[in-house]
Amino acid sequence: MIRILVDPVACDAYGYCAELLPEAISLDEWGYPVVDGKPLPADLAEAAKRAVRDCPRRAITLRERKGSR
Amino acid sequence: MASTSGTIPTTGRYRLLGHPADLAGHLSTLGPVPLPSGSRGWREAFVSMLESSGLAGRGGGGFPTAIKLAVAHAAGSGGTIVVNGMEGEPSSDKDKLLLMRSPHLVLDGAQLMAAACGARSVVVCVPEGRDQVASAVSTAMAERTGAGCAPVHEVLVRPPDRFVAGEESALTRWVEARQSLPSFRPDKGTALKIGRKGALVHNAETLAHVAMIARKGPDAFRAHGLVEDPGTSLVTISGAVRHPGVVEVDRGTPLIDIVNRSTPDGPPQALLVGGYGGAWVSPAHFTTPYASLPLRAIGATAGVGIVIALGQEACGLMESARIAHYMAGESAGQCGPCVYGLPAIAGDVTRLARGDIDPGLRARLDRRLAEVMGRGACRHPDGAVNMVRSALGVFASDASSHALGEPCAHWNNRSQLRFPPPVAAARR
Repeated sequence: MIRILVDPVACDAYGYCAELLPEAISLDEWGYPVVDGKPLPADLAEAAKRAVRDCPRRAITLRERKGSR
Repeated sequence: MASTSGTIPTTGRYRLLGHPADLAGHLSTLGPVPLPSGSRGWREAFVSMLESSGLAGRGGGGFPTAIKLAVAHAAGSGGTIVVNGMEGEPSSDKDKLLLMRSPHLVLDGAQLMAAACGARSVVVCVPEGRDQVASAVSTAMAERTGAGCAPVHEVLVRPPDRFVAGEESALTRWVEARQSLPSFRPDKGTALKIGRKGALVHNAETLAHVAMIARKGPDAFRAHGLVEDPGTSLVTISGAVRHPGVVEVDRGTPLIDIVNRSTPDGPPQALLVGGYGGAWVSPAHFTTPYASLPLRAIGATAGVGIVIALGQEACGLMESARIAHYMAGESAGQCGPCVYGLPAIAGDVTRLARGDIDPGLRARLDRRLAEVMGRGACRHPDGAVNMVRSALGVFASDASSHALGEPCAHWNNRSQLRFPPPVAAARR
């Protein structure tokens, strides 16, 4: 299971991630990403990788989720 | 700081306060520190003693000290023991008091930890501006070096006096790179580093307990407090009380008994437990034992050992708004949800306390609280959110009457809380 991690220090609210992956990421009223935290369906894995690649601040990482936290 | 003079002495065999501050007096009262003298098995014995004592950190996290030590030990030798004497909570005086009155107890604890994980240095952090504390610590260090009581080199450093400066990753980063900024650490269980070596950060009080447990044994510690949450704790009492100051209490002491030691001005309207990142507690819960689990059950935390009595002549919502503004101003400024969210939340709470007509206010505030929670690199915003949420619960009837446009009679009263002078904020 993939988990999306946003580094809030690196993030500068470009918002590309929410555009590329609206199924899992929304923006708060100031434009910073809110990850819904639900398990990411397998068919969104490519879009998630693109969100990682296209973030100008390199603020997003994907992790294999070990168990639930 | 002035209130440290209001210390109430405690009795009993195990106590942190009340020992001589000078090295000769310290050693003659408590005996030498049981540091390893080349004896095999010292480390194992020390670790098992810490484990059976059940000591948990007194700096806010409440994490078992023995586990933290095990993580640091696994990171390898040659590292640093960081003594956290930052005490950024404006209403806390216990670590200042401890470092001034019993500096050797804290330093003994640091030396024991250094011996147990093979650390090469002990770094004591006391913020800029707290010169009395710093001078007590450096006097103690000089005495120890002269007497051979500091096998591991001890050094005093002075990070900036800011709320988040004491967050452990901000502290290690300051020691390493002179930047007082928390780091984003998705895996908080991993050891902190200074350079390539491990760093073990402990609150000053925690280390004083380590030094006492090493001398008196785990049973003396466990003779106080609860089975599942043993020992004593230093608590700073302030607010609407006649004798604000630091007391040493057994874990599990009912909250109201703690407050009563400082003689409240009258029955408190509520208690703020755990400091500005803590939680308000209503009179229905005043008998809650001061211990991790019972406090967690009512949405509070022991935090760094703070109990503030809110008198009847105060508006709990306005006091909460003041705290929220203070917390917003103390953001390290790194994470959007904290930088933008905390001022917005503080503004909403102010409007609520003033009784502004704003039909969307409550829903907006609730949404902001939910959105900001858990989205900073450190827990600074989470503390502020928890405090505001607890205020909305404890002062719920005030909140609903204010929402109808009726401010309370006390909203504009002078604050019963302590805030550092604005100069401190401007200096950033």
